[in-house]
Amino acid sequence: MNSVTPTTPAVRCRGLVKRYDQVVAVNGLDIEVRRGECFGLLGPNGAGKTTTIEIIQGLTPPDQGEVHVLGLTWAKNERELRQRMGTQLQETKLPEKLTVLETITLFRSFYKKGVPAVEVLAKVGLQEKQGAWVNKLSGGQRQRLAVACALVCDPDILFLDEPTTGLDPQSRYQLWEIIQQFQARGGTVVLTTHYMEEAERLCDRVAIVDHGKTIAQGPPQELIATLGAEHVVDFALEGGGPLDETVLLALPGVTGVHTDQMKTRLTVTRPHEAMPALMNLVRDQGATLTELTTHRGTLEDVFIAMTGRHLRDE
Amino acid sequence: MSDESPSALKQLTLWRVREFLREPEAVFWVFAFPVLLAFALGIAFKNRGPDPVSVAVLDGPGAPAIRQALAADPTVVVAVIDSAEARNRLRTGRVSIVVLPGSPVVLRFDSTRAESRLARLVVTNALQEAAGRRDVAELREQRVHEVGSRYIDFLIPGLLGMNIMGTGMWGIGFAVVKARSGKLLKRFLASPMSKSQYLFSHILARLVFLALEVGSVLLFAWLVFRVPVRGSLLALTLVVLLGAMAFSGVGLLVASRSKTVEGVSGLMNLVMVPMWICSGVFFSSANFPDAVQPIIKALPLTALNNAIRGVMIDGSSLVQMLPLLAIVTVWGVLSFGVALKLFRWR
Repeated sequence: MNSVTPTTPAVRCRGLVKRYDQVVAVNGLDIEVRRGECFGLLGPNGAGKTTTIEIIQGLTPPDQGEVHVLGLTWAKNERELRQRMGTQLQETKLPEKLTVLETITLFRSFYKKGVPAVEVLAKVGLQEKQGAWVNKLSGGQRQRLAVACALVCDPDILFLDEPTTGLDPQSRYQLWEIIQQFQARGGTVVLTTHYMEEAERLCDRVAIVDHGKTIAQGPPQELIATLGAEHVVDFALEGGGPLDETVLLALPGVTGVHTDQMKTRLTVTRPHEAMPALMNLVRDQGATLTELTTHRGTLEDVFIAMTGRHLRDE
Repeated sequence: MSDESPSALKQLTLWRVREFLREPEAVFWVFAFPVLLAFALGIAFKNRGPDPVSVAVLDGPGAPAIRQALAADPTVVVAVIDSAEARNRLRTGRVSIVVLPGSPVVLRFDSTRAESRLARLVVTNALQEAAGRRDVAELREQRVHEVGSRYIDFLIPGLLGMNIMGTGMWGIGFAVVKARSGKLLKRFLASPMSKSQYLFSHILARLVFLALEVGSVLLFAWLVFRVPVRGSLLALTLVVLLGAMAFSGVGLLVASRSKTVEGVSGLMNLVMVPMWICSGVFFSSANFPDAVQPIIKALPLTALNNAIRGVMIDGSSLVQMLPLLAIVTVWGVLSFGVALKLFRWR
């Protein structure tokens, strides 16, 4: 049944394009997901993440481009692929007046092979809720139930569209654990998120998506390394007067400067040298600091460096 | 790792049944409401005897004799009153005729009013007989009270038809649109679930409740109003099954595209209200002009109501009702076919 070798990518997309009327949702997107990895599509709202993951799942036909999942195509192997993938879509309202166990059993009945319903409930930590109606569950419990419905067929590949959006930190942490356990058993995961911590924490590799295109792809730590430095220093001065960029670049350990109206951002390799030098510079210029923060570089900083915008623009 | 795969059709049908039973309001509207409606209408339109003939006799000499002659007829109510009061009552219709004693006796009435003309015949007859008239020709009367010709006998089959249409359409339409607007249909699309099994489970779930839904009204109508089922119960079962399946198809068609519950409600009413009015639920569809009769007769509810009435009241056989059943079947098959073509899963 499975004639492909383990080295065949779990997902391969080439030149995906999807237009809705005048809007181009996906604009020539390429990604490749390896077997057994957790792959994240990271980007702001409206970047085309959901459209992309739905094209990969054979729910939305692309206008152009090709998709291979587990070495198979939707045109030829839909029946087999549907049996082998698990999914959680955004905003699915599961039947309100079924119990948790009944819901899992319903989804289990669609598949030829799978895991007993009770076993899946144990995996997502809902065994105690198995007799409760879905409308009595909390947001986090509902989301775990949705993931349980995806896991009940014992899938080879799991698709999760914004699995933790709107959840409290504890529920988010529980879901991360469930995903990591699935991956530990050899499953491949493709997820979308606009939380950089989630992508850094969970994903072996990420594709940063903006305006329907992949603007960067690789392991989170490698992408962060492209910033040229591991640390980021943000500061603002009273009156907002900017310091000269060439002077800032000349400070020891500073590898990059980015200024917008009020704030200046430095990328820094050696904060213990850069910080005292910055203080001296500020004092010499007779200016006063109104803000100063420093943190290790994140995927968000990568996104800002590449697009000049934040991941979560309000 | 793997276990026995439960039947998807069974699980989908169980889902429908559970969702319905766990919604107390739906249970009320499907089971209790038709019975309450039948009861209320049955009481309101209970057949009463004809109104008595009310006669006024002017007070004066000769009045007691006339009064006695009229009172011998049990359908006559007599009042002896003065002239002004009599004129007033005749004008307002509280009496149909005024008798003025004398020689000759004068009958005063409005000849344009049907009940006054009836009163004239009754009074004339009573006074002539009291005066000693003998009938020349011999007449014999045969009185009948036909069960099956009452309003309730007309109403119950119509209510059954209306109920089969309503629950079929609301039950399926709402469930489908709710699942679509909650993106559950899209989630199913991502699974290997068989689409035809999903649609078929709606019909199966309908059939689970149909026996109860029809049985409760039939039993109630028999116990309280003695409404008969003259044809065979088997024929009635088949007619009802066919009707339920046809309206499941129509329900599916109406719900095949709507994205919101509000949208589908409007469409449902657009389809159902004309049939409530035209298809002979509460009054005979023969009341509409001849020009529109072909259209009315082609409506699925008209055909279903006439078929149910045929079995229950006229005791018709299935063969006699083939044309009606054909209409119902064609509606079911066509709407199902079109619904499958149009159906949107997202």
